[in-house]
Amino acid sequence: MRVCIVGCGAVGSLFAATLAQLDDVEVWAYDLNREHVDAINRDGLRLSGAGEALGRPSATSDPGELPACDFGIVATKAMHTSPAIEATAAAFADGCVATVQNGLGNEEAIAKHTERVIRGTTFPAGKLLEPGHVQWDVKGDTTFGPFEPKPAPFEEIARLAEACTRAGMPAQAVEDARGPQWRKVIFNAATNPVGALTRLTHGRVCEDPGLRRLVSGLVDEGKAVAAAQGIVLDADPEDLIDHAAKPEVAYGHKASMLQDVEARRPTEIDYLNGGIVRFGEEHEIPTPLNRAIWSLVKGLEQSW
Amino acid sequence: MRVCVIGAGAIGSLLAAHLAKVADVSVLTRRDSHAQALNEHGLMVSGRHDFTARVAAVAEPNELPEFDLGIIATKATGVTGAAASLRGRFPEATIMTVQNGLGAEEIVRAQGGWPLVSAVTFMSGTKHSDTHVEYILDTPTWLGPYEGSSYERVQEIAQLLVDAGLEAEALPDLRPAQWSKLVFNATVNGVSALTGLPHDAHFAAEAEPSDLGHLVHDLVDEGKRVAAAAGVELYDDPWEMNVLATQRGSAHYPSMLEDVEAHRPTEVELINGALVREAARLEVDVPLHTAVYRLVAAREASYS
Repeated sequence: MRVCIVGCGAVGSLFAATLAQLDDVEVWAYDLNREHVDAINRDGLRLSGAGEALGRPSATSDPGELPACDFGIVATKAMHTSPAIEATAAAFADGCVATVQNGLGNEEAIAKHTERVIRGTTFPAGKLLEPGHVQWDVKGDTTFGPFEPKPAPFEEIARLAEACTRAGMPAQAVEDARGPQWRKVIFNAATNPVGALTRLTHGRVCEDPGLRRLVSGLVDEGKAVAAAQGIVLDADPEDLIDHAAKPEVAYGHKASMLQDVEARRPTEIDYLNGGIVRFGEEHEIPTPLNRAIWSLVKGLEQSW
Repeated sequence: MRVCVIGAGAIGSLLAAHLAKVADVSVLTRRDSHAQALNEHGLMVSGRHDFTARVAAVAEPNELPEFDLGIIATKATGVTGAAASLRGRFPEATIMTVQNGLGAEEIVRAQGGWPLVSAVTFMSGTKHSDTHVEYILDTPTWLGPYEGSSYERVQEIAQLLVDAGLEAEALPDLRPAQWSKLVFNATVNGVSALTGLPHDAHFAAEAEPSDLGHLVHDLVDEGKRVAAAAGVELYDDPWEMNVLATQRGSAHYPSMLEDVEAHRPTEVELINGALVREAARLEVDVPLHTAVYRLVAAREASYS
């Protein structure tokens, strides 16, 4: 089986390096960072930290070099989904394309250019240390399921999940993958922008009772929008939030959006709180707090 | 008339310099070097007016000469200290407050029984040095009695400000003006501090769903509901004040934005906190102002 990772940043690299260890999987990595691509082709792709691996995927910044693939795994930041899939779509003419990205709307963007789409959510995280080398910070599960309007066949989804699991990235194929996806979106939308706007770490956000109530207000709106779509969350985002606030888990963690704000990079706010607002409008669920937070972070981006 | 201006920031400096044309003016500064510079060089005004005033400045409250009118022109965060420095002295003097938000009068009252005059000011200036202030906006200062103080006294003081070349008006009831400014400041200063944007066209933009104007509009509407519940008919519509202000050539940097950027304490308690507490007292739901209040307060907490 041939898999192409579209966007080989931290999360994409976790999939690329681990899958490349398997004898029966040929891995390609598409990324625009040329130094990273060159380092992967020269020295391989190395993971260290929570797990160790050295994989040898074929990396390229030229979509024309990609062979026909059975699977795509899109792992770009959410704002880069459309250009990335548009560039690489030809490689997936007969294949299935999964997303493991943050936020809402990635499946829709992928479905504009490909026919068989896999809804996905992943919890592992890491960061790019240097070209060709990624630090694996957190291990975690991945869930795949059909994207309802343009579904991939379930046996294909199961085949991808089985390969990821064998490679050391535990993954599950499920009929309805919206529950874990919305749990993660609600978690991220309720905590990331609050950290970004206040400059506080996750733990400090949670120990301020007023802010924690704001976080719960954001969670409640997200839950209402999920419920209106008939989505059953696989766990309560509130539990995830409290768990992450523990000193031994992620008390001192700066949300990726806070890191983006500090580096003055565009954030994923349109796909988190903006996504909740859009789905809320479709189902006539008011989301005033998510809308307010969306505007504030957009304003922050505009101030640079 | 003998006037003492306590606090020589932009507003205090503008008041002191202008009043020195028609009254004996003393100035109480926080730093000794500031007082010395004022005594040595006078206080220069540029911008809308162009002159240099002689003022007698001290940094030590015990050295203040007698005065008939004391104007506390510190930021809201400095009122307690300013009033405490006058405690037990100048029993014949009238004390006037010009702070943003609500509650400055009560803070002064707690320190002594002086007759009080409330004021809100819309004039603005930029302090370029200890001895140079630029007069930017000549929008008016409104004055009103507080706790049954004499309206004639209020009119006298308003006339003194007008004679000094400033825009001022006495109002029998200051609350409509004070609340207009409260709602305006709680909205604009809070959003500005969180987004890093000066008060510019973004605050009136409502074209895209995530545009900041929607949030500003919703915050203003919440504030108006609190004012209505308090039985106050607003003097000016805060949304129109916002739109007008964003149409002036150069964008104003609200002090709350300058404060968070310099990691200084902000006026959030006396502006946003005051509005949220009034709303709770009057049983009006203000989820958006509550969110902004908590976020700015938490941003302040992030300094340490």
